[in-house]
Amino acid sequence: MRALDLKLLRDLWHLRGQVLAIAAVIMGGVATMVMSLSTYDSLVSTRDRFYSEYRFADVFAVLKRAPEPLAERLAAIPGVERMETRVRAGVKLEVAGFSDPITGQLLSLPDVGEARLNRLHIKRGRLVQPWHADEVVLSDTFADAHGFQPGDTLAAIIHGKRKRLVVVGVAVSPEYVYQIAPGSMFPDFRRYGVLWMGRSALAAAYDMDGAFNHASLTLARGANLQDVIDRVDAILAPYGGTGAYGRRHQFSNRFLTEELKQLRTMATVFPAIFLGVAAFLLNIVLSRLVALQREQIAILKAFGYSYAAIGWHYVKLVLVMAAIGVAAGVALGAWFGQGLAHVYRETTFRFPYLDYELDAGVIAIAFAVGALAAVSGTLLSVVRAVRLSPAEGMRAEMPEIYRTTLVERMGLARWFAAPSRMIVRHIQRRPLKSLLTVFGIACACGLMMVGNYQRGAIDFMVDVQFRQAAREDLALSFIEPTSGRALHELAALPGVDHVEGFRDVPAILRFGQYHHRGSVFGIQPEGELHRSLDRMLRPVAVPPGGVVLTDHLANEILHVKPGDLLTVEVLEGSRPVRQVPVLGITRQYLGVSAYMQQDSLNTLMREGATVSGAYLAVEPGTERELYARLNDRPRVLGMVANKAAIQSFYATIGEFILFYNFVATLLAGAIGFGVVYNAARISLSERGRELASLRVLGFTHGEIAYILLGELALLTLAAIPVGFAVGVALVGILVVAFQSELYRLPLILTPENYAMGASVVIVSALLSGLLLWRRLGRLDLVAVLKTRE
Amino acid sequence: MIPRMPADASQPVFVARGLTKVYQMGEVAVHALRGIDLTLYRGEMVVLLGPSGSGKSTLLNILGGLDAPSGGEVRYLDHVLTGASDAALTRFRREHVGFVFQFYNLIPSLTARENVAAVTEIAKSPMRPEDALTLVGLGNRLDHFPAQLSGGEQQRVAIARAVAKNPAVLLCDEPTGALDSHTGVVVLEVLEKVNRELGTLTVLITHNAGIADMADRVIRMSDGRIAEERHNVQKRAAHELSW
Ligand SMILES: Nc1ncnc2c1ncn2[C@@H]1O[C@H](COP(=O)(O)OP(=O)(O)OP(=O)(O)O)[C@@H](O)[C@H]1O
Ligand SMILES: [Mg+2]
Repeated sequence: MRALDLKLLRDLWHLRGQVLAIAAVIMGGVATMVMSLSTYDSLVSTRDRFYSEYRFADVFAVLKRAPEPLAERLAAIPGVERMETRVRAGVKLEVAGFSDPITGQLLSLPDVGEARLNRLHIKRGRLVQPWHADEVVLSDTFADAHGFQPGDTLAAIIHGKRKRLVVVGVAVSPEYVYQIAPGSMFPDFRRYGVLWMGRSALAAAYDMDGAFNHASLTLARGANLQDVIDRVDAILAPYGGTGAYGRRHQFSNRFLTEELKQLRTMATVFPAIFLGVAAFLLNIVLSRLVALQREQIAILKAFGYSYAAIGWHYVKLVLVMAAIGVAAGVALGAWFGQGLAHVYRETTFRFPYLDYELDAGVIAIAFAVGALAAVSGTLLSVVRAVRLSPAEGMRAEMPEIYRTTLVERMGLARWFAAPSRMIVRHIQRRPLKSLLTVFGIACACGLMMVGNYQRGAIDFMVDVQFRQAAREDLALSFIEPTSGRALHELAALPGVDHVEGFRDVPAILRFGQYHHRGSVFGIQPEGELHRSLDRMLRPVAVPPGGVVLTDHLANEILHVKPGDLLTVEVLEGSRPVRQVPVLGITRQYLGVSAYMQQDSLNTLMREGATVSGAYLAVEPGTERELYARLNDRPRVLGMVANKAAIQSFYATIGEFILFYNFVATLLAGAIGFGVVYNAARISLSERGRELASLRVLGFTHGEIAYILLGELALLTLAAIPVGFAVGVALVGILVVAFQSELYRLPLILTPENYAMGASVVIVSALLSGLLLWRRLGRLDLVAVLKTRE
Repeated sequence: MIPRMPADASQPVFVARGLTKVYQMGEVAVHALRGIDLTLYRGEMVVLLGPSGSGKSTLLNILGGLDAPSGGEVRYLDHVLTGASDAALTRFRREHVGFVFQFYNLIPSLTARENVAAVTEIAKSPMRPEDALTLVGLGNRLDHFPAQLSGGEQQRVAIARAVAKNPAVLLCDEPTGALDSHTGVVVLEVLEKVNRELGTLTVLITHNAGIADMADRVIRMSDGRIAEERHNVQKRAAHELSW
C-alpha cells in the first residue's frame, strides 16, 4: 500500500488548488451550521442558568389592588413554593436633554433583604438602600442608551406627580431579558425603561400603602400549573385580577421564546440549505474529479488491486479534503457563533453573562455530513470506473463522438470560428455535466441571495407596517378606559392635526382546542391613521359586528376562517365571555391582531363610547411642546412615537443585520468561488491536452484561453438566471420556515439581492478565470506530445 | 500547380550551433543534447534516427520553438530562436512550422475539415482545408469527427492540418509510430508528396531504419550527439518501403 499512499499525497499536492476550493465549499456549509447551532445552544443554556440562578418566577398575576394580608392566601395555595407580592407602576420618564416621550415600568424591591423571586443582577452600583425614597436601580439597556451612571438623576411622573430619582445601580433581570414596551413591536432602549425602587417608597408614591398589585410565584416540583393559576384567579378575582399566567405568556419570556424558536429555525433551515447545497456541489465536483482518474483506476485494477483497496484509496483522498473543510468550518463557525451570540446579547437579549457552548455533537454532525457528501460523490464515480474492464477503462471515458450543434445546423456555422465551435460542441457533448455545472453555480448565486435577503424584507415589513397600516405619528394610551370625550381635548391641543380613538381589550381568543392570549383592538372603520390591510396590502374597512384577524392568527394559531364564531374571554372589568363572528382576514407582517370596529367592541363590552387610547397625527415641528403637554396629563400613561421607534429599530437590528450579511456573504462567496473554480479547473484537466496541442500548432495564449474561459463564461451566464430562480425558491423555504407570531417575512427580493447573487458568480468566475489564465501560460507543450490522452 | 522546389544547398533554413539541453532532476543532471551542430536546407527531406532517449524529440522540439535549449543557438532564416519570447515563438510556429505527432493530437470536438480550418483560420496564406484534405486523400471524409476515423486517417488529417498553412518546415515526430506498416506507407507517401510538391523542408523522426531510404539526408543520433550523417545517393519512393 506504500506506493498508493505516496500517490495519495502526490495527488493531493497536485490538486491543492482544488482541494482548497472544495474545502471552502464544505467550510461554508459547516460554518453556517456550527455558527447557528452553537449560538442557539449558548443562548438557551445561558437563559436556563440565568432563570434558575436569579429565580425567575413560574406564575405571574396582575391585579388592581389587594391588601397585603391576602398574600398569605396566595402563598398557601398547594403547589406554590415561593411567592412574592410587588407594587408595579406604569410611569412616564423625563431625561434631561431628551425630548421624546419615554415610558417606564417601576417595580418594587423588598425594603429588607433580597427579593425572593425575579432577582436582579447588579452590573454597576448597588441595590437601593432601605428607606431611601428617591433611589432607583435602572435596567442596563435604558441606562446604557442614555449613559446613566450611578449618581445621575432623572424624573418620573408617578400617578401624575413628578418625582426626582437618583440612580444608584444598573441591573439585569430575568423578567426583562427581552425589553419591549407593551404595545410596541420592537425594543426601543431609549424610550422604554424598567426601574426598581424600594417597596415603601413606591407604595407611598403610587398610593399602594399596605397593598400590592402584582404577584409572582414559583411552583413546587410536580405541581400543576393550570390548577395553581385557577386558584390564584379565584382568590384575586374580587381584587381586579386580570388572570394569572405562566411563563409562556410572560412578556419577556414569550418574546425570548419566540426569538429562540426563530433562531432554532435559522439554525436548522440555513445550515440545511447551505450544507445541502455544499454537499450537492461537493458531490458533483468530486465525481468529476474521480472520473478524470478512471484511467488510473483501470491501471490499478489491471495490476490486481482489489475494488475495496481502490475505493478506499479514493475515499481517503476525499476524506482529507472533507476534513480540512470541516475543521476550517468548525473553527470559523465557532468564531462567528461567538460573535453572533455577542451581537444577540448586545441588541436583543440582556443576559448578565454568556456561556458559549460548542457541542461535540454539532461537530460530529458537521463531519458526518461533510464526509457523507464527499464519499458518496466519490464512490459513485469509483464504482462506475471499477466496473469497467481494465482495457475499456484505459480508453478515454466516452467515445468522443461530437455532433454538429443545432445552432450550426440552422446555418449559423459561418458565424463561428473553430474555437467557438469547440466551446459549443464541448458543452453540448455532455449536456448533463454542463447542466450540473450550471446548476451548481446557480446554487451559489441562490445562497448569496438568501444570505442578503433579510435587509430588503425588513425594509418592506417596516414600510407596510408604518406607512400603510400604522401611520400615526404618536400612539398614546390612557391609564384606564376613558370616555370618548377625552379625544376632543386631545384634538384641541396645539400641533394635533387629527385624532383617532382606539379601544384595546385584553382577552383570550378561543376556537375549539386553540387559543391565543392577546387583545381585541377596536379601531375606526374609516380610519386614516390606523388601518387594516387586505391580502393585496390595500387598506380595507373593518366591517361592523365582528372581528377581522391577522392571517397568521387565523390560519396558524386559531385555525378559524371567516364565518366561524370565536369565543372572546375578556380579561378586564367583569371579565365577560362573548361569541364574536370572524368577518375577515387581514395581512400583517409584524405581530398578530384581532380588529373590530370600536363601536362594535364598545357594544360587545356593554359600554358607552369608550377608548383605551388614541392615535395622533402631529404637525411637524410641534412634537416637543406636545410631548411636554401630554406628559403633564395624568390620564395619559404612555406614548410611542412611530418615527423614533423605527429609527431605534434600525439602530438595534442594524448591527445584527450587518453581522449577518457579512457572514452570509463570506460563506456564500466561499461556496460560490469553490464551485466556479472547481468547474473551471476540471474543465482544464479535461481539455488541457487539447489546448496544449493547439498551442503547439501556433495558437496564442489568448486564443486557447478564449476556448476554455469562453465555456466558463457561457456556463456562468446561463447560471445567473437559474440562480435567481434558485434564490427565490430558497427564500420561499425560508419564508415558510420562519413564520411566527412575532413576524412573518414577506417574499420580497430587491434588485440588490439579485445583484449580489449575480455578482458572487461573476466575481468568482473572473477570479477563477484569472487563475486559469495563469495556468494556461504554464501549459507543458512538450509533455502532451509524449502521451496519448 | 505549385512548382517543385529542389533541395537547395545554398538556402539554409535552420542553423543550429552548439545546442545543449540539460534536464536538472534534483541532484542528477540528464544531458539530453550534448552539443549539436546542424544545418537544414530548403526542400530537404531529413530523417532522424537513433535509439530511444538519444535526444531526437528534444532536438525537434527545440527546432519547432516548443522548447528552449540550455545552451547554443538556433537560427531560423534570419530569426534567432534562442532566447525569443513566448509570443515570438508562438508566431514562429503559427506562421512557419507544421507539426505531425505520433499521437495525432487532433481536436476531438472538431471535424476533419474543422481541424484543418482551426489552423488555416489563423494562418497568413493557407490552402483551403478541403484542398489540404484532398492532398492527403481524405477529400471524401471532410465532415467526419476524429472518433469516426481510423488511426491512419487521423494521422493524415494531422498532416493535412500541418501542411494546410503552407509552412516552410514540417516537423514529424514518429508519425508512423502508432500505425501498421501498410498504413504507415500511406502516411509516408503523403509526406513525400508534400515535400516534393510544396518544397517543404521535412524533418522526420523514426525508429525504422527502413524509412531512412526515402530521405535526402539521414542523421543518426546517439546519446545527445550526432553520431553519423549521410546523404542518400538513391532516394527510394515511399511505396517501395516496408518494415
Ligand atoms: N522533461 C524531462 N525531464 C527530464 N528528462 C527529460 C525530459 N524530457 C526528456 N528527458 C530526457 O532527455 C533525454 C532525451 O529525450 P528525448 O525525448 O529527446 O528522446 P528521444 O530520442 O525522442 O527518445 P524516443 O525515441 O524514446 O522518443 C532522455 O534521456 C529523457 O529521459
Ligand atoms: Mg521521442
